Amino acid sequence: MATPIVNIQNLVYSRPQGFTDTPTHYCPGCTHGTAHRLVAEVLEEMHVLDKTIGVAPVGCAVFAYNYIDVDFVEAAHGRAPAMATGIKRVLPDRVVFSYQGDGDLASIGMAETVHAAARGENITIIFINNAIYGMTGGQMAPTTLPGMKTTSSPNGRDVETQGYPVRMAEMLATLDGGGYIVRRSLHDPKNIRLAKKAIRTAFETQVHGLGFSMVELLSTCSTGWGVTPVQSLSWLEEHMIPAFPLGDYKITPSVAALKI
Amino acid sequence: MGRELWKGNEAIAEAAVRAGLEAYFGYPITPQNEVLEYLSHRMPELGRAFVQAESEPAAINMVYGAACTGARVMTSSSSPGISLMQEGLSYIAGTEVPMVLVNVMRGGPGLGNIAPSQGDYNQICKGGGHGDYHPVVLAPASVQEAVDLMPVAFEIAHKYLNICTILIDGSIGQMMEPVLLPEMQPVVRKVYDWAVSGAKDRKRHVLSSIYLDVPTEEKVNLRILGRWRQAQENEIRFKEYFLEDAEYIVIGFGTAGRIALSAVRAARAKGIKVGLFRPISVNPFPYKQVEHICQRAKSLLVVEMNTGQMLKDVQASVKNRIPIRFYGRLGGVMPFPDEFVEEIQEMIHNPGKPEDDSADLWYLRMMAR
Repeated sequence: MATPIVNIQNLVYSRPQGFTDTPTHYCPGCTHGTAHRLVAEVLEEMHVLDKTIGVAPVGCAVFAYNYIDVDFVEAAHGRAPAMATGIKRVLPDRVVFSYQGDGDLASIGMAETVHAAARGENITIIFINNAIYGMTGGQMAPTTLPGMKTTSSPNGRDVETQGYPVRMAEMLATLDGGGYIVRRSLHDPKNIRLAKKAIRTAFETQVHGLGFSMVELLSTCSTGWGVTPVQSLSWLEEHMIPAFPLGDYKITPSVAALKI
Repeated sequence: MGRELWKGNEAIAEAAVRAGLEAYFGYPITPQNEVLEYLSHRMPELGRAFVQAESEPAAINMVYGAACTGARVMTSSSSPGISLMQEGLSYIAGTEVPMVLVNVMRGGPGLGNIAPSQGDYNQICKGGGHGDYHPVVLAPASVQEAVDLMPVAFEIAHKYLNICTILIDGSIGQMMEPVLLPEMQPVVRKVYDWAVSGAKDRKRHVLSSIYLDVPTEEKVNLRILGRWRQAQENEIRFKEYFLEDAEYIVIGFGTAGRIALSAVRAARAKGIKVGLFRPISVNPFPYKQVEHICQRAKSLLVVEMNTGQMLKDVQASVKNRIPIRFYGRLGGVMPFPDEFVEEIQEMIHNPGKPEDDSADLWYLRMMAR
């Protein structure tokens, strides 16, 4: 780390050890940076940075490895849970996580996601749900809300022809392999703190061998949504939370008993 | 230990185990199911990783992840399943990580059937997935040869950081033959300076096939090509039979090559001076060796269980120096040695011209039947 420009006793906020000093490539107002930071903070607090392997997705977070300072592999679109499975089965004592968006996880990678959960694969998925394909320019995602305008649903998602959004946390919670499956949001400080706590619990679930864990994080995409960064936070709160209720969808008794 | 009677697919699986296979990921498809079934009990009993994946794309991406750790990893499938794996194979090639693939080919295209075929030669040898890469492909002609090639396949994969494919068909996979299995090798996880394992006391490793900086991607392509050129130099494998005095030479790989050996023996019994050249490495293809043998032969007969896919590689070696006759059976039909003997005799009576389009002439003969 560079020479601190504030006295250490006054330092309340700094770059976590698990974070590189790469300038962000994310758009203004995007909450990927927040989610990245939470993951880095949790891995640092658990002292597992040197035994963690991340699996990056295809999508905006394709370069997650530029920020989170651990060993990383870069998966094909949607295949991150399969790739994480391959790593975890060979290196069962390492911490293995994938970080995926909604197109990656809930559309092209639906099978890999569902079956990793069904197998009770001891991996952690950080799932960023912003209801849109960000990287490719704002197309309709499997989580796009009914009536929501995207570049491939220009008149608003018509459920008659384009179907309904997929609620992943609820769906995966029905599977016996899940140990910890929750949904949180990144739209304000209180929820960010709750999200961090959930990410910690998810990784603890893995470290204790208690099965598949996923934290779904409702996130913003001001560019894709066509609103300002500030507006995107209230848009998330007003529109996404009613469609994707926050909550704990699956916490097995052994996970609930964890002392963190 | 002496020879034992083993089914091809199971022998291949056990040979992989003895070659230090650490992780297997697969999906059921006929005619390779016994590889998956055998390893489903054999791997756990040795404390090694086995997962029956939800699909071939998932299986190959599990292999991709495991390959990134530097472990000896493998999957197996058959034609339609191999098609589904092509995306992952391209990523594995682009990330420059090692793996072994067993392809037990069946009749196609499409769903086809479960009978033996060699219709996927082009798919396997010429890439299959997107991008410029060249997997090493070994095509054994018997269960014993497949067993012997398993440790070789892992060594090649790890030496050239590439895909090494064992290319067989349903007949070798399903057939029981006496085999001498190799001794059990201990599992040795090499510490590679590229593998992921957690960045403990070292700089972190990032494995990816994405290079948005175009000149960097070009350099990666050249690096992949460089290793392939080394493989071309070092990994040519083939077998020759009765070539010393041969005036006519049959060329076939895998099962077609094996049937051709019976045909060549039968023709020899009739006094015909014919020999057999059987490529084992079909990628890299033994171009120079074929070029060399065609200098002393009057003509060649290429036999395949496809429409003449390897024929193109033979033609590239022969360069119209001598006539080539082609004979193929398709869609899972196994040729009999007698058919090849007839073809050998026809070749001698009507040698044709070096510039003849042998695939075209074969097609017309097939349609006139």
